[in-house]
Amino acid sequence: MSEKKKELQVAALENGTAIDHIPPAELFKVAKMLGLEHTQNTITIGNNLQSKKMGTKGMIKISDKFFEEDVINRIALIAPKVVLNIIRDFEVVEKRPVELPDEVTGLVICNNPKCITNNEPMLTRFRVIDKEHGTIRCEYCERKINRSDIVIK
Amino acid sequence: MKSKSLVSIDQCSKEDILRILENAAKFEANPNRKLLEGKVAATLFFEPSTRTRLSFETAINRLDGRVIGFTDASTTSSSKGETLKDTILMVSNYADLIIMRHHLEGAARYASEVTNIPVINAGDGANQHPSQTLLDLYSIQKTQGTLDNLTITLVGDLKYGRTVHSLIVGMSHFNPTFNFVAPNELKMPDEQKHFCDKHGIRYHEYTEFDESIIDETDILYMTRVQRERFTDMEEYERVKNVYILKNDMLKNSKDNLKILHPLPRVNEIAYDVDDNPKAYYFQQARNGVFTREAIICDVLNIPVN
Ligand SMILES: [Zn+2]
Repeated sequence: MSEKKKELQVAALENGTAIDHIPPAELFKVAKMLGLEHTQNTITIGNNLQSKKMGTKGMIKISDKFFEEDVINRIALIAPKVVLNIIRDFEVVEKRPVELPDEVTGLVICNNPKCITNNEPMLTRFRVIDKEHGTIRCEYCERKINRSDIVIK
Repeated sequence: MKSKSLVSIDQCSKEDILRILENAAKFEANPNRKLLEGKVAATLFFEPSTRTRLSFETAINRLDGRVIGFTDASTTSSSKGETLKDTILMVSNYADLIIMRHHLEGAARYASEVTNIPVINAGDGANQHPSQTLLDLYSIQKTQGTLDNLTITLVGDLKYGRTVHSLIVGMSHFNPTFNFVAPNELKMPDEQKHFCDKHGIRYHEYTEFDESIIDETDILYMTRVQRERFTDMEEYERVKNVYILKNDMLKNSKDNLKILHPLPRVNEIAYDVDDNPKAYYFQQARNGVFTREAIICDVLNIPVN
């Protein structure tokens, strides 16, 4: 597929952030994680797009929005291969992979029903114990959670 | 600044463990000391545990401290919907130290984050019970004269038994060799085996509990095999009598062997073992008071001479 056609799969962006290579099954989770339902910016979402690397993929373009690093890195919890394209004046000025932070606060629900965090009005806190496999551990009940079992608040 | 708390055995360095055990020995030599004079300790047992509470309250009394608290959350405000945070902050106004047991996992860690007084975890669900681990370590050190290079055989429920998981962590500083003896359904989880691999700890797994394993053992740590842990009742029926220690199994055991059990036992140690001098589980419980005196002084930064 030519560059031109590829670009046409999702409407072009003048300024903003394009989040590329999202696994199709995780696309709406990623949108939720970034709180996109609360933003007034123009958002274009494409899913099940053709991808040489992944077969199919999802993409989210948000106009005039540049995320803080710790916000965007949360995506790595569920979609570690995501690439962030920072676009200014129709040009990709920066391509950046996402990287898991060491600690994740207030974002993930502990999947242990007997965990204090599920029974008390408080923030959850997880330590990332394996960045490659995306394994996290609850700082309270010490339960380990694999990437595929992570539930976002 | 946050005060010093004891929430989990993982937080204890080798130096921490050795310091607490050294002080526990001083308390065994002389248990009654006025080190907590004028201090109030709160024992908050959101989940009842008579054994653990009596041990802690004995420790406080022997140190001349005063005790406030409750033993049943249904009689307190937490049953009226008060959050744990509110209960902890309220008690923090009255006491110098909180000792708590809670059915929810992570409760003690959270409590230690919201208060400025020390918190000692006396059990949070299936998670941690560090004073039990320290008293186990004290019992091992006392009976063997050392914690180093011992062969420790863990028998029974190694899957859900938090005391054995914590014992592995506590012993990891002292170059142990472990034998894990358990039925397939209750064998040691991968997480603990990975921990051993990572720390260079040797271990062997067995499903049969036979004398050849006992004969090479320094510490035989028995746990309960509970019916409710099994999904396969046929498996339970098959193994329920396999992991029972009987006196005649000890005839060729090492002279220094001691048998430990976190108590209460049901039938996993036959009563004829009780009179064997190698049975140590009742003295083990007695050591709990000295260890807890040492833990209380440790979190309050009270020197023990
Ligand atoms: Zn948890």
